[in-house]
Amino acid sequence: MPQVEDTDPDPDPGETTQAVFTLNYPRIQIPFEITLWVLLASFAKIGFHVYHKITVWVPESCLLISIGLIVGGIMHSLHEKPPAVLTSNAFFLYMLPPIVLDSGYFMPTRPFFENFGTVLWFAVVGTLWNSIGIGISLFAICQIEVFGVQDITLQENFLFASIISAVEPVAVLTVFEDISVHEQLYIVVFGECLFNDAVTVVLYNLFNHVAALEVVEAGDVFLDIGRFFVVGLGGTIFGALFGFVTAFTTRFTGKVREIEPLIIFLYSYLAYLIAELFAISSIMAIVICALTMKYYVEENVSQRSCTTIRHVIKMVGSVSETLIFFFLGVVTITTEHEWNWGYILFALLFALLWRGLGILVLTQIINPFRTIPFNFKDQFGLAYGGLRGAVSFALAFTLPDNIGRKDLFITGTIVVIIFTVFIQGITIRPLLKLMNVRKTNRNQETINDEIHKRLMEHTVAGIEDLCGQWSHYYWKDKFMKFNNRILRKILIRDNHPESSIVALYKKLELQNAMEVLDQMSGDISAAPSLISLHEERKNASKSRKKFLSSDVTNMHELLSKNMYKIRHRTVSYTNKHTLPDDITAREILMRRHTSLRRSLRAGSFHGTNAAKMSQKYFSLPMGRSLNSRFPPRRLVHAGDGDIESEINYSSIRHPQRVSSKAVMPLRPLNTLKEVASSVNTVDGQNEEQRGCRRSHLGSNVSRSGHLTSHLPHGSSRNCSDGDHDAWVEEPQNNSDVQHPLMRRPHWLPQKPHDK
Amino acid sequence: MGSTNSTLLKIPNVEVLMQETGLKLVAEENCLNVSPAHIIRLHDRFKALDKEGRGHLCPHDFGAIKELAMNPIGDRIIGAFFSPGKETVDFHTFVKILAHFRPVDKDRPKEPNSPEPINSRSNKLKFAFQLYDQDKDGKISRDELLQVLRAMLGMQVTDEQLESIADRTIQEADLDRDDTISFEEFRKSLEKINIDHKMSIRFLR
Repeated sequence: MPQVEDTDPDPDPGETTQAVFTLNYPRIQIPFEITLWVLLASFAKIGFHVYHKITVWVPESCLLISIGLIVGGIMHSLHEKPPAVLTSNAFFLYMLPPIVLDSGYFMPTRPFFENFGTVLWFAVVGTLWNSIGIGISLFAICQIEVFGVQDITLQENFLFASIISAVEPVAVLTVFEDISVHEQLYIVVFGECLFNDAVTVVLYNLFNHVAALEVVEAGDVFLDIGRFFVVGLGGTIFGALFGFVTAFTTRFTGKVREIEPLIIFLYSYLAYLIAELFAISSIMAIVICALTMKYYVEENVSQRSCTTIRHVIKMVGSVSETLIFFFLGVVTITTEHEWNWGYILFALLFALLWRGLGILVLTQIINPFRTIPFNFKDQFGLAYGGLRGAVSFALAFTLPDNIGRKDLFITGTIVVIIFTVFIQGITIRPLLKLMNVRKTNRNQETINDEIHKRLMEHTVAGIEDLCGQWSHYYWKDKFMKFNNRILRKILIRDNHPESSIVALYKKLELQNAMEVLDQMSGDISAAPSLISLHEERKNASKSRKKFLSSDVTNMHELLSKNMYKIRHRTVSYTNKHTLPDDITAREILMRRHTSLRRSLRAGSFHGTNAAKMSQKYFSLPMGRSLNSRFPPRRLVHAGDGDIESEINYSSIRHPQRVSSKAVMPLRPLNTLKEVASSVNTVDGQNEEQRGCRRSHLGSNVSRSGHLTSHLPHGSSRNCSDGDHDAWVEEPQNNSDVQHPLMRRPHWLPQKPHDK
Repeated sequence: MGSTNSTLLKIPNVEVLMQETGLKLVAEENCLNVSPAHIIRLHDRFKALDKEGRGHLCPHDFGAIKELAMNPIGDRIIGAFFSPGKETVDFHTFVKILAHFRPVDKDRPKEPNSPEPINSRSNKLKFAFQLYDQDKDGKISRDELLQVLRAMLGMQVTDEQLESIADRTIQEADLDRDDTISFEEFRKSLEKINIDHKMSIRFLR
C-alpha cells in the first residue's frame, strides 16, 4: 500500500527524497497474521462443502486437520515457525469460551433436563473413570523397564490421562442423524460432550496442581475431591446467577435494540472471567449462564437481535474450533516430537479400551433408572463415537514446562486425536449402518408398510408428548409453576401467556416465514386436500395403473428422503457446525396454519354444524380475535417495528399481492368469544392475516390458472368481493363430511366487517 | 400410601377404569416392574392440561402442547380423542384412549367371553385406521390417503409423485378392487409389522 509520508509542507532540500512507496509490515503483523489464519480456515470450510459427498463420509474435523497438516508441511519446508499464538492464556481466555458458549447456547433444554441424570452420569463419572483407569494402566506400563519411561510419575500419568479422555463426539452427531438413533442417545452424547469439557479442565487443573507437589498425602486427595465438587457446583450456581441477571437486563432494553446481542455476549464472557477469577469451573459457569438466559432472553429481545445472537455465537464458536484444529495440523508437522512406541501405543489402546468398558459398565448401572434403556447398538455408538478433539489438544499444548515429558505428552495426544478423528470418524458411519441394516430388510417392505409405519411412529411420538415425558415430570412441573408464577413476571418484559402458535411463530424467524409462505402459497393450495376433491370425484373411473419395479424403488427413495422425521430430530441440534434448521417446522406450521384458515372459513357457515366444527382447529385458543382489525392493545415496541417494516418491504416486492396494511376482514365467527385480553403480538396478527391472504391468492391461482391481477389493494370490501367471486364457483358439498380438513370452503356473502 | 388414596377418591369410577383399561394402580406381586401408579400420573397430567380446571379437556387445551403442534399429524391425533359430536374429553375417555398404547400383555389368560382388551393388536390397528379415515365411513379413500401423505411429506414432493404413491398404496392393499382400503384390507396389509412394538409406549406398561 503506497504510503506517502509527507509531514512538513516544505521539505528541506537537503534531505533525501521521500519514499513514495513504503512497506510497514511490523506494524500490522499480528492482526494481519491472525486475519490470514482465520481467512484460511474459512476458505477451508467453504471448500469442503463444494463437494457435498466429502462431508457426508469424512467428518469436518478430519478435513480441518488435513488442511492444517498441509499448511504445516508448507511452513516446515520453508523453515517458518507457526505463530506462537496458542499460549495458555490465549487458549483459555479467548479461544475456549466461544466454543463452550456455542455448545451451551444451542443445547436443547427440554430433552437435556429430562436426561439430566444420565448426562451428568456419563460426563462426570465417565470421564473420571476414563482418567483414573488410563492413568493407572499407563503407570503400570511405565513400570516396565523396556519402554524407558520410568520417570513419569503417577500424577503426571493422571494428568496425561485426563487430557486424552476428553471426548468430543461431534462427528458422531452427524452420523446419528441419518441413522434412526433415538432422541435420548442424541442428547446424552451432546450433553456428555459439553460437560466433560468442564470436568476435564477441572481435572486437568487439579492434577496439574498435584503433579507439582512432591509428596501427595491422603488428606490432599480428599481435599482435591472436595474441591472438585466445590468447583463444579460453584460454577453452576454462578452461571445461573449471571443468566438471571442477563435476563433481567434485557427486560429494559426495549428502546435500545442494537446493543442487545452485545449484552448477551458481555454477560456470558463476564461470567466466564469472574469464574476464572475465583478458580471455579468457568466452563460450567458460561454453559449454565447460556442455558438459563436463553429461555427468557429470547422472549425479551427482538427477532433481529435473536438472529444476530445465534449467528454470532455460531460464527465465533466455529472459527475458534476451526483454528484449534488447524493448529493441530500445523503443530504436528512443525514441532519436535518425542516418540516412544510403547507408551504412545499403549496410551491409545487404553484410551479406547477404557472408554468401551466405561460405557458398558455405566450403562448397566444406569439403565434401570431410565424410561428407555440403552441397547447394545446405542452403547456401541456411544463408545465408538468418542472422538477426541480440540480441547484435548489445547490442554496438551499448554502444559506447563516443568512437566518433564511434555513433548511426549503432546505427541501422544496428537496421535490419539488423529487416530480417533480419522479412523473412527470415517468408519463409524458404515459400521452403524451395518448394525442397523442387519435388523430390517428394507427391500421387502412395501410402500404400504413404510407409510403406515411412519404414521404410527408419528402417532406414538404425539401421544408421548401428550402424556408428557414421565421421568422427570414431577420436578419439571414444579419448576414450571415456579417459573410461571414468579420468574416470568420478573424477567420478562410483557408477560403474556402465549398460545403455541404465537410462541412458535416468534421463535421461527418471522421474516423468513413470510418468504416461505410466499413460495408455498401456490403449493399449499395445490395440495389435494380440498380443492381437487371435486375433480377427484369426477375421475373416479380411472384405469388401473401399472407400476414397474423401478417406479416402486423410486417411491421408496422418495419416501425415505422426504417423510418428516419424528419429532425434533430435524430441529435444533442436528449439526454442530450449522445453525438450527427450522424449515421442516415451518412447513408443518404453515400447513396447519392454512388448514386452520380454511376450517375457519368453512366453519362460518352451515349453521349448527359450523358452531361445532369451528372448535376443531386445535391450536388457536379461545378468545383469539382473528377478526379484529385493531392493533393489539399493548404498545408496539420499537423492536417489533422493524418486523413491521420487514413485512412492508416484502409486500412491496410483490406488488400484485396485497399490501400488509390490508387487514383481512375475516367474518366474525360467532363461536369465538372475544376475550378482552390482548394476546396477540403485532407479528402474529399480521402473520396470520398475511397467511390468510396468501392462501386466498393461492387458491385463486389454482382455480383460475393465472394470477388474478385484480386482487384488492388495501380495500377490504374489494377483497371480499373478489374472493367472493372466486369461491362461489365451487359446488356445494352435499356429503355429510364433518371434519374441517375435508370440508370445502364456501363463502357466505356477508357484509365485510367495517371497523 | 396416604396420598394415593386421597387422589384416588377424586377420580370417579376408578375401579371400572382400571378394569377396562388394564392400567395398574399399584405394583402387583406378579408384575415385574415397580413403576408407580399410572392412573395417578395420568390424572396429574390431565389436570395440568386442563388449565381452567373444568374437569374436561377441549381441543384448545390439546393445542397448547407445543410438541404436538409440531407433529405432522397432530391434528388427527387430537381429533381421535373427540368422538364425533362431542367437544370435550373427560378423564375416563382420556385414559381409555391412551390405554390403546399400552404394550400388549402377552401372558393374559384367554377367557372366551371377556371383551377384547383395549390394547389388543386389533384395537391398535383400529386406532391407526381412524387416523386415516376422517369421515368414518370404514374405508380409507384415495383422497384421505392423499391428505395424510401430504401431511407427512415435505414440500418438495410434487402432486404427481404423491398421487402415484397413493395409487400404489391402494393397489398393494386393495383386494376387492373398490379403490378404497377397508379395515380388513388394512389389517391384512400390516400383517408383517409388529404392531405391538410400533404402537406402544413403554412407560404405560
